[in-house]
Amino acid sequence: MPKTLYDKIWDAHVVHEDADGTCLLYIDRHLVHEVTSPQAFEGLRMTGRTVRAPDKTIAVPDHNVPTTPDREQGIENEESRIQVDALDRNAREFGVHYYPVNDIRQGIVHIVGPEQGWTLPGMTVVCGDSHTATHGAFGALAHGIGTSEVEHVLATQTLIQKKSKNMKVEITGSLAPGVTAKDITLSVIGVTGTAGGTGYVIEYCGQAIEELSMEGRMTVCNMAIEGGARAGLIAPDEKTFEYVKGRPHAPKGAQWDAALAWWKTLKSDPDAQWDKVVTLKGEDIAPVVTWGTSPEDVLPITAVVPDPASFSGGKVEAARRALDYMGLTPGQKLTDIEIDTVFIGSCTNGRIEDLRAAAAILKGQKIKPGLRAMVVPGSGLVRAQAEEEGLAQIFLDAGFEWRLAGCSMCLAMNPDQLSPGERCAATSNRNFEGRQGRGGRTHLMSPAMAAAAAITGRLTDIRDVMAQTA
Amino acid sequence: MDKFTTLSSVAAPMPLVNIDTDMIIPKQFLKTIQRSGLGKNLFDEMRYDDDGNEIPEFVLNQPAYRKAQILVAGDNFGCGSSREHAPWALADFGIKAVISTSFADIFYNNCFKNGMLPIVLPQEQVDILMEDARKGENARIAIDLETQTVTSADGQEFGFELDPFKKHCLLNGLDDIGLTLEKVTAIDSFEVQAAQARPWV
Repeated sequence: MPKTLYDKIWDAHVVHEDADGTCLLYIDRHLVHEVTSPQAFEGLRMTGRTVRAPDKTIAVPDHNVPTTPDREQGIENEESRIQVDALDRNAREFGVHYYPVNDIRQGIVHIVGPEQGWTLPGMTVVCGDSHTATHGAFGALAHGIGTSEVEHVLATQTLIQKKSKNMKVEITGSLAPGVTAKDITLSVIGVTGTAGGTGYVIEYCGQAIEELSMEGRMTVCNMAIEGGARAGLIAPDEKTFEYVKGRPHAPKGAQWDAALAWWKTLKSDPDAQWDKVVTLKGEDIAPVVTWGTSPEDVLPITAVVPDPASFSGGKVEAARRALDYMGLTPGQKLTDIEIDTVFIGSCTNGRIEDLRAAAAILKGQKIKPGLRAMVVPGSGLVRAQAEEEGLAQIFLDAGFEWRLAGCSMCLAMNPDQLSPGERCAATSNRNFEGRQGRGGRTHLMSPAMAAAAAITGRLTDIRDVMAQTA
Repeated sequence: MDKFTTLSSVAAPMPLVNIDTDMIIPKQFLKTIQRSGLGKNLFDEMRYDDDGNEIPEFVLNQPAYRKAQILVAGDNFGCGSSREHAPWALADFGIKAVISTSFADIFYNNCFKNGMLPIVLPQEQVDILMEDARKGENARIAIDLETQTVTSADGQEFGFELDPFKKHCLLNGLDDIGLTLEKVTAIDSFEVQAAQARPWV
C-alpha cells in the first residue's frame, strides 16, 4: 500500500500495537525545558523510576531565562530561578545532555535541537512544548506533549499514541518578493482555522516549500500547532542533508552514508492517500499580519479590520471580544495601526536567516523615536553568528536592544513583557489575550515586516519599504 | 489517579470559541514546580481585575457556578500550548468534565492523565447543554462514562465517542507508565532491532 511520509516514520517506530490500534511509539529524541519538566522528574523520584535513555534526552532552559546581559549574576525572579535551578539539578542527577544558561549553545530548545544535530530526518521527536512541531522541517515526526507524557517518555522512551490522519498542504509556484515562510504558515491557518488541523499530521509540500531554506521550513512547521495539527512535516531533500551534515550530533563516516540512504527514501509515495488536502498558490500569498487574538485572525497587510458581523457562529462574539481587547474598529486600515513595541525572536523566527531579513530592512535606518524594539536571538550561537556578520551592529545602530537567547517576549515568562494596552509587532506565534503580558496587544508578522514597522511606528507593507529602498 | 465513573453537576457555560491555554492558566502561574494549587488562578485574567478582586460577571464567580464540576464550552477548547497546567488548574478548581464540539489535541490528551473527561458532541447537542448550563442551579447535567452518555436536565440522552483504552484507564484510575512498563521486553527488543537498522540515532 502506498504510504505518506508520516506513515513511514510511524511504522518505523511502532513498538507494540493493541487490537484497538493503540500503539506504543518509540521516541528517538526527547527535548526538555524547565517549565514543563519539574513535575515529571519529581514523579520519577516518587516512584523510584529512572530515565530510560539519558543519551536521547536533551535539556535546556529557555522559557524563564532573562535575556539581559546581567543574567550571569543569576535570575532575580525567585520562582523562575527555582525552575531553572530544578532543571539544572534534574539534568545532572539523571545524567541527560544539558546546555546550562551560560553555555553559548543555550537557546530556545527548538533552535538548539536542529543546530546541534540532535534533530535528524525520520526521527520521532517530542518535547513538553507545543512548538516541537518545528523539528518536522527535517522530515521528523515531532510534536508537543504534556508533563504526564514527559514523565512517560523519561521512564519508558515511548509514548502511547493513536495514529492521526494525513493532511497535505501544498503551496504551488513561487512566493512574490517580500513574502516569507511566516506569511505561508499564517496564511494557511487563515484558510484552515485554528482547529482545521485537529486530528491530522500535516505534510507541507509544493514548489514554494521546496524553495524555502531550512530556516524557512522550520518557521512553517513551527506553526502547524496553531493550525491545530498534531505535527507538521516536510520531506527531507538535499537542503536538509546539507544543513545536517557536520553538526555536532549528526552521524559521521559510514553511519552518515547509511543514514543518508534511508533519509532519501523518506517521502510520500506518489499515489499516497490523503484524508484532507489544502492547496494555496504561492503567488497569491501576500505579506500578512494578525488583527485579533487568535492566529486564524490573519489578513493581508493591505486589508482593513473586519466587521465581527461578517463572521458566523461563535466567531461573531469572539471577533467582537477580540476587537475590544485589541482596541480596533472595523474598517480601520491595518497600515494605520500604530505600535509601540517590536519583538524579533522566538522559535518561530529567531534563527539567523530571520535576523538577516530584519537587518536588511533596518540597515542605515532608525526606529521611530519612542519605540521599544528588541531582538532576541534564538540561541547563543545564532547571536554569535549575527555579531560576526555585522547584523548586531545594524540592530544597535537602528535603536534596537540586542539581547541574549531565550523565549523572551513570545510568552513573557521572563521580565520581557508588554504593559496593558501596549501594542507589539511580533515575529512570534501567538496573539492570545495576555500572551505577551496582561492587556498587551500582539500583531504577528514576519521579521522583515516587524523591522518595517519599527521604522514607521505602524503596521507597514514591506513591499512599500522595498520600493523605497530599491 | 482518581477514577471517573459517573458525575452529576451544575455546568458552567463558557460559549466563547477558541478558549486557549493562556486564558485557562496565564503563564505567570507556570512557574510552579508542583501539580496542585493552580485552581485559584484558573482563568485568572478573566476572573480577577488588576487589583486581584473577583470580576462578578465572570461565570465561575457567580454563586451558581462556584462549585461547578462541568464546563460547557465553545469550539476548539484548550487550543495553544502543551502546558498540563491547564488541566491541572481545571481539576484543582473542581472541574471533572468539559463538553465542547472540539478540543485541541494536546489538551484533550492531557485531560485523561488527570482523571478529567473531555466530551465531544455535535453542535446541536452542545447547544442544548449550553442552555441547561445557563440555568445554573436549576439544571444539572449527568455523565456516565461506562455507557458513554450525557443526560441533559430534561432527560435527553446523548452518546459520545471515546477511545476504549482512554476509557479503560479513566474508569479504573490507571497509571499509564505502569501499564507501559509491563511491555518493557517489547521496548528492549525494539531498541536492539533499531540499533541495527538505524545505528546513528
